[in-house]
Amino acid sequence: MRTRGDGPKALLFLAPSLLVFALFVFFPLAFSGMLSLTKWDLLSGERPFAGLGNYARLFSDKVFLKALANTALFSLVVVAAAAAAGLALALALDKPIFGRAAYRAGIFAPYLTSTAAMALVWLWIFDPQYGLINSALSRLGIAGPAWIASIDWALPALMIMTVWRFAGYDMLLFLGGLQGVPRELKEAAYIDGAGKARIFFRITLPLLSPTTLFVVVTTFITMFQNFETVAVMTQGGPVNSTNMLVFYLYQNAFQFYEAGYASAIASVLFAIVVAATALQMWASKRWVHYA
Amino acid sequence: MSPRRALARAALHAALALAFVLAVIPVAWTFSTSLKPLEEVYAYPPNWVPRHPQWSNYARAWAAAPFARYAINSSAVTVAIIALQTGLASLAAYAFSKLRFRGREALFLLFLATMMVPTQVVVVPVFIMLSKASLLDSYEALVLPFAASAFGTFLLRQSFLEIPDDLVDAARIDGAGDLSVIRNVMMPMSRPAYVSFVLLSFTWRWNDYFWPLIMTSSPEMRTLPVGLVFLRTSEGSIEWNVVMAASVFVILPIILLFLLFQRYFVEGIMSSGLKG
Repeated sequence: MRTRGDGPKALLFLAPSLLVFALFVFFPLAFSGMLSLTKWDLLSGERPFAGLGNYARLFSDKVFLKALANTALFSLVVVAAAAAAGLALALALDKPIFGRAAYRAGIFAPYLTSTAAMALVWLWIFDPQYGLINSALSRLGIAGPAWIASIDWALPALMIMTVWRFAGYDMLLFLGGLQGVPRELKEAAYIDGAGKARIFFRITLPLLSPTTLFVVVTTFITMFQNFETVAVMTQGGPVNSTNMLVFYLYQNAFQFYEAGYASAIASVLFAIVVAATALQMWASKRWVHYA
Repeated sequence: MSPRRALARAALHAALALAFVLAVIPVAWTFSTSLKPLEEVYAYPPNWVPRHPQWSNYARAWAAAPFARYAINSSAVTVAIIALQTGLASLAAYAFSKLRFRGREALFLLFLATMMVPTQVVVVPVFIMLSKASLLDSYEALVLPFAASAFGTFLLRQSFLEIPDDLVDAARIDGAGDLSVIRNVMMPMSRPAYVSFVLLSFTWRWNDYFWPLIMTSSPEMRTLPVGLVFLRTSEGSIEWNVVMAASVFVILPIILLFLLFQRYFVEGIMSSGLKG
């Protein structure tokens, strides 16, 4: 092992990545913060200073508040449902059963499909008249809802599609986590007469907590960035019932040409991501059990 | 096996089979619809196997918009990004695992911190910067912002750390420089990490809709997902069979990659969560 520092050489090796990050992450982040303090239409030469005006406006903007509430509800439901399904599937597939690799591959596959393309397919599946879901329901004698065209059912429709995409992804992360739970520990408890439920709640679940935390936080952050399903399937409608943070940001920047206001929305999104990450770091110190 | 255990096992398989079917139905339905004539598309009850498969739907979809151009754009952009990311991440991962210098941990945290900044947060300022540089609606706008990858650096560093320093030192004593150590020691010994990273990153960039939608304006620069969605909005009434056939152009390459390299996709995702 060399003891002399490799400082200059290391800097040379890191420079290309650092340059990209500086240009496309750190500088734009600062630029966005500055833009959020201006009122600018993206076109004119001047950028009138607006102070905290854009941020104040957020609190009284009903569409923004609606989009924020939609995003939060969407994220909570999708995270909870996908994580619960993912955990159940991972537990089922953690032992060597027949067809395990095929189950795992098929259930994970939706995560790899293009969201834009599959959003079109789901639009067709949700078609009120000829769609797969409503024709199945009508055979059971149930008149299905109008899904994407309905104020009440459009958001659940987006949730269903997104749970479909992420359940298998969460399953894989949980399968990875389960590999870290020592088998001997479970066997020892079994020999000591502990029941299956007891082993699950007292051993497996606590030892799985780092993975659970990771799954919940990363899926939550991903859900807050949701754009494609909204853009392709609903355009935020009907009557903003599916408008979400990033789509509203997009509308403001590229349809209403309000770069300053859009940047204020970007700050809100960034603050949420930072808060979620900080929460993860804090929680992993507090209550996560490491094996 | 006791009857009770046999029953439990059957229930387990039934639940897994249901999950499997629910997962693959949308993709199967895409292929099924893409082959139907229009009157069969609207048949009630829906039939899964087209009675009169229309392979010509694919030709119609391909001609309905410049899909050849979209496919070239998607391929060129994705391959360029992967090449840059792999090269830059290899250099950075080497520095973070095999070189000693002050501030190594801090700089690595800085890399990881970039993962906290979603592209959605910086899209407005980057759009303005690229517009000032007259680079909107260009390959540069689609490639350069993604040239470096913190995820790739993280994944490769993990793999490099498991390679013994003695091997690196032995190669150096034989006169190998750092670049040749990366090429001849790190890369061959980290092949699974590279394959996983390339496949996952390829999939994410290939599927991306958000960035190319905003950065391109001319049809000649559109990628497959963007062109596909435009096809649907540009047509007055939706011919679902043609739209589904066009969707196949977007999803088929990834499905084939997954069928060929399933293990690496699965391992890449599983190891990305093992940070705890």
